[in-house]
This record gives sequence, structure tokens and C-alpha cells, in this order.
Amino acid sequence: MVEHLLSLFVKATFVENMALAFFLGMCSFLAVSKKVDTAIGLGAAVTFVLGVTAPVNYLIHHYILQEGALEWLHPSLATTDLSFLTFLTFIGSIAAMVQIVEMTLDRFAPALYNALGVFLPLIAVNCAILGGSLFLVERGYGFGESTVFGIGSGAGFGLAIVALAAIRERLTYNHIPSGLKGLGITFITVGLMAMGFMAFAGIQL
Amino acid sequence: MRWLRDLLDKQAPMFEKGGKLEKLHPVWEAQDTILFTPGFVTKAGAHIRDALDQKRMMITVVVALGPAMLMAMYNTGYQAHKAIAAGASPVGDWHDAIYTALGMGYDPQNILACFLYGALFFLPVYAVTMAVGGIIEVVFAVIRHDPVTEGFLVTGALFPLILPPLIPLWQVALGIAFAVILGKEVFGGVGYNIFNPALTGRAFLFFAYPAQISGDKVWIAAKGLSADGVSGATALAHASEGGLGQLTSHGFDWMHAFLGLVPGSMGETSALAALLGAGILLLTRVASWQTMVGVTLGTVLMASTLNGIGSETNAFFDVPFWWHMVLGGWAFGMVFMATDPVSSAYTAKGKLLYGLGIGILVVLIRVVNPAYPEGMMLAILFMNMFAPLADHFVLQGNIRRRAKRRVA
Repeated sequence: MVEHLLSLFVKATFVENMALAFFLGMCSFLAVSKKVDTAIGLGAAVTFVLGVTAPVNYLIHHYILQEGALEWLHPSLATTDLSFLTFLTFIGSIAAMVQIVEMTLDRFAPALYNALGVFLPLIAVNCAILGGSLFLVERGYGFGESTVFGIGSGAGFGLAIVALAAIRERLTYNHIPSGLKGLGITFITVGLMAMGFMAFAGIQL
Repeated sequence: MRWLRDLLDKQAPMFEKGGKLEKLHPVWEAQDTILFTPGFVTKAGAHIRDALDQKRMMITVVVALGPAMLMAMYNTGYQAHKAIAAGASPVGDWHDAIYTALGMGYDPQNILACFLYGALFFLPVYAVTMAVGGIIEVVFAVIRHDPVTEGFLVTGALFPLILPPLIPLWQVALGIAFAVILGKEVFGGVGYNIFNPALTGRAFLFFAYPAQISGDKVWIAAKGLSADGVSGATALAHASEGGLGQLTSHGFDWMHAFLGLVPGSMGETSALAALLGAGILLLTRVASWQTMVGVTLGTVLMASTLNGIGSETNAFFDVPFWWHMVLGGWAFGMVFMATDPVSSAYTAKGKLLYGLGIGILVVLIRVVNPAYPEGMMLAILFMNMFAPLADHFVLQGNIRRRAKRRVA
């Protein structure tokens, strides 16, 4: 079991990297990768939110939403299927988690809170996080698997955004063609990074 | 040489500001500085002086690539002739037309014949690389008013060496164009790239046209390779399939792999040639020993760990590190690609970490990832991505340490 969870973690972090293999969560990936310190902060926040929302959403899906999930309430609900509410409830629980992170950061790390700015509340609609929850439903992960998958995906996203931030810091004084300055060169960099991450594509774990 | 200097001086005004061909100044300047040491003298301020300028540094790398280039030509011919002697047929296109017109036969024992045949495959690839890459380089220099630099000589020498002999020439042109434009020039030109340009170009070709740059049929310049006659598979492909057992049963021994007499990308097979290059680069201190030590350590560590773990289904787990070091592009990649001063980490500690990462990853990709038998290219590209981060942490650590000292 431990071995299985470990390989799931490695898979979520490297092989199926949220940012560089699925290109999810691009908005914050591109916007908050100007400085390494901020990127580490966002990476940690995303990891935390994913690590919490994945198991929570698993529970919600497993005991409330999926077909027949409400049987524990009353036998007559055995055919009720609430899965049309999936998006709504997942976003709701994610937003609640992000709210908690935001209040915590505001109280204990105001510098990071200010640096992350609008992108902290925007984690709520970060597709990497919703994607994580939807993947675990689609792939039928259990509770433990969901937790590990959430943390692993978050770590992978964090790793990618921190690497990109370090690269962008190095690019600061480069003689980049004026049309490509800023986001243009970042897109090209991300493309090349994705090529590097292909190193793990195909690993069966 | 007086007359040559005079000739150049006479033409100089044409290329200077206000001259007729002002736009082509970078081109003129490049050939002028190749022929003569520039006569400029710094006039003010303190300057660090070093005999090793960019020109010398790049030329040293090109010289260090000499043994690998010679081996590329010899081994390409040798592999082809050996395969033909064992029942395969010549490729039968213009290569052979020229070769037979010269009155040469297919004989693996004849060193000159091997050399000539290999040159017929290597030199066109090299020429296309230099022509296409060179033109792009000059166009960028002219548009941006930058001097044309020697950086491209290195990329242009590395790129053909890591291609298989049967690569179509239009793919060579496409690959080097991608490498120079997207790998280097958009990042600001020589000295600014994040990823090693030659490897970027190869990775692009690898993912865009896998049929011409991977598999069993592209590594030997001959047709009609078959599994029971002459298998064209590289040593790594055999190791990936059946470990050491299959390697030795297909006639590969360590010494041949070390010398480079095995199929593979043209210039990467010979660990010996790479080591000779490493000697030159380390003596002149052009390449960093930290990176090389890091890569070696990482490989030894990871390969030994995997030897220890073992696997019932994957015989590649049991391949020891001294085999990893002579297979595929390990030696070539470590000496010439990983040590690229621009795309590697800049700090000494960072270089060690960066090298260690490459060493660990290359073994991991080779052994664990069934999609690619070779991992050197992707391992280096992957660590290129994390080199700035390694530097960041080394620098931050340094700053923290010094700040603490100041308080105390």
C-alpha cells in the first residue's frame, strides 16, 4: 500500500505534472512566477489547498453526490444521483479552503499575502485545483489515494512554478526582442520546460 | 600579412556608420576579428584582464570536439561497412554514388575507407547545420546590431554529432533553426539561453519526427537491417530490453563501447574521444570540473542503488555504473553538454548539485522509463530548467550565512 501511494505521489508530481503536462492552472502559473519567494508561497498555498480539497471532495462525492451515495440516509434514496451538482459543490468547498488559507496568511504572513495579491483568492478558480478534484473522481481514487494525489499534484505545480520563477529572474537582464518581452518569452520558456518534463512521460508506475 | 591588413582597413569605412554597407557591420567585424586580434585598447577605468576571451573559449571547445568528430566519421563508416559485410545493403542513394565513383569498396578493415564513407554522411549534416544556423545567426546579428559571436561554432559542431547518420538533411535544417531561434536568439543570443541550444534542437526533432531519430533502423548507414542478421539496435536498446545478458549475447563488450565502435548518434558513441576532449577542457579550465564530478557521482550513486534494489522484470536494473558510462551519450553529454557554462548553474555548489541531478536522472530515465532507452538528452534539459533555482538557493544561503556573521 505504501509503495502504491509513493508511486502515485511521484506520478502526480512528475509524470502528470499539473502545470507542464496538463497545462492546468496557467493563469497563476504565468502571473505569479516573477520572483522565487512569491512562487514558493503560491506553490505552498496550492499544495495545501489541493491536499485538503482533494480528500474533502472525495468524501463529498463518495457520500453525497454519486449515484446511490445517499443510501446511508434512507434506503429510498438508493437511486438518487446528485452528480450534476459536482462542479458546484467542488468549487464551493475549494472556495472555503482558499478562504481559510487567505485568512491565515493575512494574519501570519502579511508580506506573502500582499505579494500574492489577487492571485490568492483566484486560487479558488485555479483549474489545477478543480482539475485535481475532477481527476480523482474520474480515476476512482480512494480516500488515501486522493490525499496523496492532491499533495503530489500541488507539489508538482509548486516545483514547476518555482523553477519558472528562477528562470524568469535570470531572464531579467536579457536582451530579449521587444515584442517578446514579458509574457511572450515566458510562454516560450514554459513550452521548452514542458519538453524537459517529457523526460518522465511514459513511466508506468 | 601586411597587405591583408591594409586591404581590410581600406574596406573598413564602407561598413562603419554612414558607410554604404553599414548594415552588414557585424559580418565584416566577425571576419576581421577572426583574421586579426582587435586593436582596441581600453582607455579608462579598471578592467579585469584575461587572455581567455569568448573567442578563445569557444574555439577551445571546438578543438576539444576534434577527437569526437574524427571518431564520428570513422565509426559511421565502420558500422556501415561492418553491417554491409554481414549481409545488409548500402543505402543506395547519392552517398553511395559518390563513394563508388571514387572507386572505394565496402571493407570494415580498411580504416581509410571507413573514414571516407563516414565523412560522406557526417560532412553534409555538418555543412547544413553551419549554413542554416550561420545564416540565422548573421541575420539576427545584423537586425540587432550585435557582433556575430563564436558561440554558434560550438552549437554548430555539437548538433551534427548528436544526430543519427541517416537523418534527412531537411530535418537537420529544421532542428538547427529551432535550436538557434527558439533555444537561443529569442532569449537574447549567446550567453543568455536557458536551455542548451543543441539539445533543444535535438529534443525538438526527437518529439516531432521520432521515426528518423529513434528506433533500430537509423543508427547504421545501411539498408536491410534485420533482427536476425545485423540488428541496427543501439547498445542501450539491447540493455533496455534484456540487460547485460542481452548486451553481451549481441556481441557488445565494454571495450568496444568505450572506444565507440558501436552504433549510435554519430559523435556520441566514443567515451574515449569524449575523455580526450574532457582533458583539453579541464586543462584549459574552460569546462567546470564540478559539473563533471557531479554527473559521475550521481550516476554511480543511482546505478548502484538500482543494482541494490534489483528487479525481476527489468534486467536494466542490474547494469552497473561503469556500463552506464560508456553506453549512449553519457560521456559526450557530460563533457560537452552538461558543462555548457551558459545553461548550467553558475555557482560552484550549484554546479555540483546540477551535475548530481543529471547523473541521477539519466540512470532513472534509462532504467525506469520504458519510453526512452537513452536519457542523457532529457536529463540535461531537465536540469537546465532547475539550474537557475540551484543558483538561487546557493546565493540565498550565502547571503544568510554572511548576514549572520555580521551580527555576531
